[in-house]
Amino acid sequence: MTEVSMSVNGRKTSGAVEDRTLLSHFLRETLGLTGTHVGCDTSQCGACTIHMDGRSVKSCSILAVQADGSEILTIEGLAEGDTLHPVQAAFKEHHGLQCGFCTPGMIMAATDMIRRHPDGLTEATVREELEGNICRCTGYHNIVKAILAAAEAMGDGRARAA
Amino acid sequence: MYEVNYHRAGSLEEALKLLKDADDGKLISGGQTLIPAMKTRLAAPSDLVDLRHIAELRGISVSGRTVTIGAGTTHAEVASNADIEKICPALCHLANLIGDPHVRHMGTIGGSLANNDPAADYPAAMLAMSATILTNAREIVAEDFFTGLFETALEEDEIITAVRFDAPAKAGYAKFPNPASRYAMTGVFVVQDGGAVRAAVTGAGDDGVFRSAEVEEALAKDFSPAALDGINVPADALMTDIHASAAYRAGLIVAMAKRAVVMANG
Ligand SMILES: Cc1cc2nc3c(=O)[nH]c(=O)nc-3n(C[C@H](O)[C@H](O)[C@H](O)COP(=O)(O)OP(=O)(O)OC[C@H]3O[C@@H](n4cnc5c(N)ncnc54)[C@H](O)[C@@H]3O)c2cc1C
Ligand code: FES
Ligand code: FES
Repeated sequence: MTEVSMSVNGRKTSGAVEDRTLLSHFLRETLGLTGTHVGCDTSQCGACTIHMDGRSVKSCSILAVQADGSEILTIEGLAEGDTLHPVQAAFKEHHGLQCGFCTPGMIMAATDMIRRHPDGLTEATVREELEGNICRCTGYHNIVKAILAAAEAMGDGRARAA
Repeated sequence: MYEVNYHRAGSLEEALKLLKDADDGKLISGGQTLIPAMKTRLAAPSDLVDLRHIAELRGISVSGRTVTIGAGTTHAEVASNADIEKICPALCHLANLIGDPHVRHMGTIGGSLANNDPAADYPAAMLAMSATILTNAREIVAEDFFTGLFETALEEDEIITAVRFDAPAKAGYAKFPNPASRYAMTGVFVVQDGGAVRAAVTGAGDDGVFRSAEVEEALAKDFSPAALDGINVPADALMTDIHASAAYRAGLIVAMAKRAVVMANG
């Protein structure tokens, strides 16, 4: 077992893991942060998307030991108390989810996407950027709508997307 | 995934030593190929030597038209590099077509080249631009580096440190992505520099990335998409799999070459 420590949603955390433990597994099983979902074995679905050191990554394709010393943000770290993050609020408002399985990954992908496009997003860009996130329910239209609306709403407040 | 021992290297020297001391050790950079392979038990190294924290492997430098990219540079970093965009936008475009944003945040050029997946994008750019692959031990030109499916000229304990190339006057890349995996079902990188034309094809060859003599010959006479009308690319050495037949891929080579030329001509 190896001792790893990282900042997760702003709090220092640590735990003992096998070197082969995936970061997604560490977050879910050791830290109990089950908002990060695991939807595939092939690194393709994006349900496990989180931010590591400020960038979106697939936590199912990273070992917990690789993430030792890093800063992790998961879906649980987005809202401020009872106030939803603007991307979360937009998903709610625009019906960007049905079963909700892909939603944590979609939202983590969306906040990263908005951060990387400070000049705003177009529908085509959003669709391209969602390449790594698969949804089996919504048909994507409302997800795209929600992300565009959130990007718009965040306007100058974009710093929050990080 | 089978059990594995993880080691984080702080320097190239330390990485080489860790690799040498391991039973059946493997280097890991972005892990975007290796971790999925370990999850499905297609790979089962005893030890992993992590190169991601070695500063000397990271970064991009551009001097005149000479571009040097550290092996540990991510696809996202190449895609968004303003200096490369100025002199070789085709490479930024290519990097931006790899996988998805999350894969691009982790995956590296060194890992992609060492893996030499027959459907990977970077090998086409390296071969078409006659890039040089730098390792801890030597320099290898792209022609000699890619030796077959998932095969390279790298020795067991050799680490790619960087790649270097001179940006050609014109370059373009077009890929027909597999609708499920987004890897290239066929991708063509074309280059025109002085009188020379080079066209490298990925995703289609039975033996990995290769240069298309037919495309090069036609473009050498006239570097325009029309020059490729009706040319005959033989299907014999092309791949047939569940996604496409060799004959279909032969057609894709011409179609992608045309798009790449349009991009190169700006
Ligand atoms: C969902 C998904 C979609 C993808 N789509 C594409 C695509 O469209 N096009 C494409 O080209 N690729 C694609 N990839 C692969 C991606 O580009 C990988 O990043 C890349 O192939 C490997 O880079 P890495 O840094 O992740 O390497 P790793 O997975 O860390 O390593 C890969 C191999 O290279 C070796 N290695 C790593 N670094 C070095 C080094 N410096 N010197 C010597 N050996 C080294 C390792 O030992 C291992 O054998 C995709 C991957 C995923 C998960
Ligand atoms: S669980 Fe599907 S990409 Fe990570
Ligand atoms: S809402 Fe069900 S998978 Fe996306």
